Amino acid sequence: MLRDITLGQYYRTESVIHSLDPRVKLVATFAFIVSLFVANNFIGYVIAALFLAMVIYLSKVPPKFIFRGMKTIFFLLLLTMVFNLFLTPGTPIVSVWKFTITQEGLKMAAMMAVRLVFLITGSSLMTLTTTPNHLTDGLERLLRPLRLFKVPVHEISMMMSIALRFIPILMEETDKIMKAQMARGADFESGSLIKRAKSLVPLLVPLFISAFRRANDLAMAMEARCYKGGDGRTKMKPLIYEKRDRLAYLVIILYLVLIVVMGRILF
Amino acid sequence: MSIILDHVNYIYDEDTAMAHAALIDVCLNIPDGQFVGLIGHTGSGKSTLIQHMNGLEKPTSGCVFYDGKDINDSDYDKKSLRAKVGLVFQYPEHQLFETDCFKDVCFGPKNLGLPQKEVELRAYEALKQVGFDDEYFYQSPFDLSGGQKRRVAIAGVLAMKPEVLILDEPTAGLDPKGREDILNLISKLHEEMGITIILVSHSMDDVANYVQRIIVMNKGRVAFDDEPKEVFKHYKELEEIGLAAPQVTYVMQELHEAGFPVDTDVTTLEDAKNEILKAFGKC
Amino acid sequence: MLRTDKLVFEYIRRDEEGNVEGITRAVDNVNLDVKPGEFIAILGHNGSGKSTLAKHFNALLYPTEGEVFVDGMNTEDDSHLWDIRQEAGMVFQNPDNQIIGQVVEEDVGFGPENMGVPTQEIWERVEESLKTVGMLQFRKSSPNHLSGGQKQRVSIAGVIAMHPKCIIFDEPTAMLDPNGRKEVIRAARALNQVENITIILITHYMEEVIYADRVFVMDKGHVEMTGTPREIFSQVDRLKELRLGVPQVTLLAHELKKAGLPLPDGVLTREEFVEELKKIKR
Repeated sequence: MLRDITLGQYYRTESVIHSLDPRVKLVATFAFIVSLFVANNFIGYVIAALFLAMVIYLSKVPPKFIFRGMKTIFFLLLLTMVFNLFLTPGTPIVSVWKFTITQEGLKMAAMMAVRLVFLITGSSLMTLTTTPNHLTDGLERLLRPLRLFKVPVHEISMMMSIALRFIPILMEETDKIMKAQMARGADFESGSLIKRAKSLVPLLVPLFISAFRRANDLAMAMEARCYKGGDGRTKMKPLIYEKRDRLAYLVIILYLVLIVVMGRILF
Repeated sequence: MSIILDHVNYIYDEDTAMAHAALIDVCLNIPDGQFVGLIGHTGSGKSTLIQHMNGLEKPTSGCVFYDGKDINDSDYDKKSLRAKVGLVFQYPEHQLFETDCFKDVCFGPKNLGLPQKEVELRAYEALKQVGFDDEYFYQSPFDLSGGQKRRVAIAGVLAMKPEVLILDEPTAGLDPKGREDILNLISKLHEEMGITIILVSHSMDDVANYVQRIIVMNKGRVAFDDEPKEVFKHYKELEEIGLAAPQVTYVMQELHEAGFPVDTDVTTLEDAKNEILKAFGKC
Repeated sequence: MLRTDKLVFEYIRRDEEGNVEGITRAVDNVNLDVKPGEFIAILGHNGSGKSTLAKHFNALLYPTEGEVFVDGMNTEDDSHLWDIRQEAGMVFQNPDNQIIGQVVEEDVGFGPENMGVPTQEIWERVEESLKTVGMLQFRKSSPNHLSGGQKQRVSIAGVIAMHPKCIIFDEPTAMLDPNGRKEVIRAARALNQVENITIILITHYMEEVIYADRVFVMDKGHVEMTGTPREIFSQVDRLKELRLGVPQVTLLAHELKKAGLPLPDGVLTREEFVEELKKIKR
């Protein structure tokens, strides 16, 4: 049951997009999201769609795989559309009881839907083509300037990558503890909300104790292997920009310029 | 009260790319009161198998019967099944959670909906059965030694008055004396209470001295299922699947090859000793 | 290589309110001297103080009284802390709780990264260490998909990559199945014989210590017995008192001797046992 949950749905294959520096992908995703809010006309969305289609094609991730993730946000999408459809004031088209659909509402709903779909597609493309530890590496490097403001960037990224490593282990452990308590007649599925919350105690206590023990063991193991924080540390896999990364940055800049210029020229 | 598995198959993560068979066509009949050793190395399917016996896992195909009834029928009461077929998991750390040992043992019978008095009586009896000292009753289970934790975990299941007791690797991580103590305890429970015991282990040495029957699992299939001495005759095949017969089996085999008139069927140290003494005319 | 001088370690037990309940002496007046290249086994039941002792060799714990020296450096001298941890590597019991990386090769590189080894050399060290423990083909795997024995070998590679002079194995096999146990012990022996690394193996599996040069048996914090495996295993009854056992063959030989067969004490292997019986027959 619990082992079905997968985190960071990385799609393993080899493509240009996969081999890009994670920093490029992080910046690109950010730029793409910004562009969605800058673009406010039809042409802008066409350009965004083309850009997205190109990246999907280059990533070699089957579109089916990308859009499967869309199912989970279907309700969110529907809700946003309904709200925009009925609650935007403007020229009325149809009126049903107290609700009125306006011209502006229709336009707004369509725009929001497109934005949301693009946004989800764009960011899931990033997680699909980047391993979680690459992602943390990229974040660490990008956020490095924050160290000037005493933000413990290295520690945060170390914590993230340890969490990523231990989530599957703790998931499996949760499964085992659940079964061990079910074998003693515990019931996690029926009863009132309060009863169910109470029934979690026999699950959570062993889980927390185990997590603390693991944390303790791990801290000791890290110390034993000379871990002393980020200072004086070298990297086995340092992030170095290559030609394709510079090229990718160029493409992103061109894309942003195009979106902005198109918006200005037409309106 | 027997457990019958009829052509049980179990496939993990069915419908995904990760799908693999954990149990393949397993047929077993475990009659009342037997002391069974279930052996296999990690990933052989033995843990999955025992979880089918008390309904924690459901077979992909095939049936599991307890006391003549199919336990996966929709109207079968799984909760009462789990009281009758008690399962003690490998690490006591996975089940201990209460503030003191006594309360922890009460958890099982309380879940059965018994009156408080009966719950406490059962908990007391169970802790006595596993030879737990009165002075530790109200101690936190987390402060106990490994062996004592295991006793509390076993008591926690015994308090549900099971007819079958399944123990998954009850000696893992214990020192030699601790291992011996727990195995003796299990053997005592079998003799005194007459309950069926299924002892899961990857150590032949541990199991050979105690059980009446050994089931060897390999890659999801039952590889051998017989009396210990019959199973150990296949020591070469056992080795191929990454298991070994007890050391005495090898010793006797080697002595036999070296021309000593000894019986190679021996599985316990005591028998080996007598056999060798006989061969030297000292008996 | 390793030396302890009248080592004592005490910790204070507290009740739930934090009041001092008493003091427990986990290690009591231990004097050890391990020479370079030796294979040492430390035996003891659970709670005999053997793991506490081990953590002193890596400066994870500091003595309450007495001193610990690693390659001549006092562990209490802070200026040598990182040299000590690099020279005396440690492999722990639970394979899951000591692997930091999400990919095998990244985990092996963790130690060298911390030591500030240049990138190019890290790659060389990782490759060589994984090769030593026979895990090179798994270098790109996730540790979560390995067996217990394989995970422990990755941990060992992680230590070797730091180029230690000595490795302390703190019950590395306690959570493994027989196959996994064999893999780990084989790796430890190979490191000792081929790379000439000093090995301290802490365990309560008797079969694992028969290859050691010297065995220390601990009980209640002090060293109760010292000697070669053969000397130790001749004292079957004494070991039983200390909650330990002996390998099955040794026990069988012991029982036969008690029944009147003229066998020597401390028979360690099957081959030896059969040979001895043959001698008697003639």
